[in-house]
Amino acid sequence: MGHNAVEVEHVSKMYRLFKEKNNSLKATIMRGRRVVAEDFWALKDVSFEVPKGETFGLIGENGSGKSTMLKCLTRILKPESGRIEVNGKVSALLELGAGFHPELTGRENVFLNGAILGLSQKELRKRFAAIVEFAGIGKFIEEPVKNYSSGMYVRLGFSVAINVDPEVLLVDEVLAVGDEAFQRKCLEMFADLRSQGRTIILVSHSMSAVQNICDRVAWFEHGEIREIGETRDVIERYTGSVQVDREVDEEGHTRWGSGQGRISKVELLDGAGQPVDRLACGAPHTIRFHYEMSEPIAQPVFCCYVATLAGHAVTGPNTKAYGAVPDKLDGKGYVDIHMEQVSLLPGTYDLSAVLCDYTLFKEYDHRQNCLRFDVERGSIPEDWGVATLTPYWEVVPER
Amino acid sequence: MTTLAEYRSSRELFNHLTLRELRSKYKRSFLGWAWSLANPLANTLVYTVVFGVLFNVHPQSGGPSHLKVYALYLLCAMLPWNFFQTSIMGSVGSLIGNGNLIKKTYFPRELLPASTVGAAVVSHLIEMGLLVVVLVCFGDYWSLEWLPLTLVLIALTAVFGLGLGLLFSVLNVYFRDVEHFLGIFFLLWLYATPIVYPTRLVAGHHFPGTHINALTILKINPMTEMASLFRSTMFYGSGADWKALLYYAAWAFGALLVGLRVFNRMEGRLAEEL
Repeated sequence: MGHNAVEVEHVSKMYRLFKEKNNSLKATIMRGRRVVAEDFWALKDVSFEVPKGETFGLIGENGSGKSTMLKCLTRILKPESGRIEVNGKVSALLELGAGFHPELTGRENVFLNGAILGLSQKELRKRFAAIVEFAGIGKFIEEPVKNYSSGMYVRLGFSVAINVDPEVLLVDEVLAVGDEAFQRKCLEMFADLRSQGRTIILVSHSMSAVQNICDRVAWFEHGEIREIGETRDVIERYTGSVQVDREVDEEGHTRWGSGQGRISKVELLDGAGQPVDRLACGAPHTIRFHYEMSEPIAQPVFCCYVATLAGHAVTGPNTKAYGAVPDKLDGKGYVDIHMEQVSLLPGTYDLSAVLCDYTLFKEYDHRQNCLRFDVERGSIPEDWGVATLTPYWEVVPER
Repeated sequence: MTTLAEYRSSRELFNHLTLRELRSKYKRSFLGWAWSLANPLANTLVYTVVFGVLFNVHPQSGGPSHLKVYALYLLCAMLPWNFFQTSIMGSVGSLIGNGNLIKKTYFPRELLPASTVGAAVVSHLIEMGLLVVVLVCFGDYWSLEWLPLTLVLIALTAVFGLGLGLLFSVLNVYFRDVEHFLGIFFLLWLYATPIVYPTRLVAGHHFPGTHINALTILKINPMTEMASLFRSTMFYGSGADWKALLYYAAWAFGALLVGLRVFNRMEGRLAEEL
């Protein structure tokens, strides 16, 4: 086993679909030995490995088997055949607060839920304060959880699950809930776990989230793995194959998103604000996104991803990271990304423009590699690598 | 190593689930815990009036205690029976009642019926404790000599209840008829056991039209031994019949074995069937 956190070998899972769901004795006797059931294979001979410390994404359309896979990993479902091995303490975020009892207080539920996730009484007592603190529940912790708002419920559930200190964390689309402040906290927590070398397996429909978080991705289709590989490559082909809400724009670039707002044009401008077709290294420039909203959008975020032709990420600033998110945008306008000095070294780059909501999960418009541009040699005399630190040098010989 | 850690966390989870069961049972009711005593008291009242007064049933007297009170005679067997029945009926509902937990989290599923039985044990110990106090007040002589054996009997009853609880709880997920069937079954079983009446009352009787002696049924029924064992340690204060104890223990552990086997075979698809 060694360095693998999760090993899945030839796993198949069958669901029995009853034509008439009827679990009564009479029905069984009347039917005799004939079983009116249809077998549905939710997973067919699935194999993959996840090395320790990797963040692994499961993507695919609804019903493709990715959630079933996750439930098999948690041992909630038992596969018909195959072998699953998970190395280390597992915590699953399938449904937050699933184990809560409505009549019991938050405190009682934290201890109960923690015990289900395998934390000892002693550890729980030690972490209790941190759990309550992270959930932001305050004095409500002594109230029965049925009096909680749905947000508080979810926050407490997440807080317990994450404080179990899992070596392997299984996540099923739970990031789509909770308010923005909490989602930010969750993403930070994931980043923390990753940097601590924990393994995360994530099921998500949000390609931007998968792209941001995952190292590798498995693409499920009809219960089988269609492709496993580097996140970027797999997502590109997956989004290329999914016909829904995906199109190829005028210039032949891949584009998807829900469409309430669109990035109509991406422009490069020089320091004087004149359109240019190339940037000069070290000179002031501006990237301009023109937007068109078909309905008012609250807190839209613009992201600008720059990658090399080989597909290596170079930089990906967004308006959220820089605290430049407007409360609401409607109609037309543009967003400028001003650079005092272009830090990209000479070469050719691909730019992707994304308009999404504040969580970065819901994409209104995603224009993959919509602009290819050159950077030419300017005032900076460098040519190795892709970026410059814009240094100045000082040589100090010791006397 | 792993199994040891698993065992430890299972034990802690068992404690938590039992505690949850106890806490949530009487939450938001004014009398709270007192309700767990109300039911046996009401039962005792009804049976005492019907059998003790109207039908004039008298307990056999004898043994060092010289007790003659029908209500106490009844309670000594009735409380264990109630404990047995609530253990099983509670277990049967425990899987369906915690469907969300089973579908969304993983832990050894046996813990759900087990914690139901655990919670029933706690209630039962409180009831039995109170009964001991009453017995001491009424009896000419009441010795604590047989109290340890009573605890063994309670443990055996818990094992028996857990075995049947495991068996029926998992069957109930596949066939919801089990729950309804058990309701009637327990009513019949109660009267096939000398709990509200003494054994000698049915000794000479045959089932109409057959040669089957009613006593034969009582002899096979392990709960007959249960009732007489609890009575000999608590009501009469005389020693136990070791052969009866062995017979009862064999049934209890046999039920546990069967229950565990069936449960383990059928638990695989629980999350789908619920």
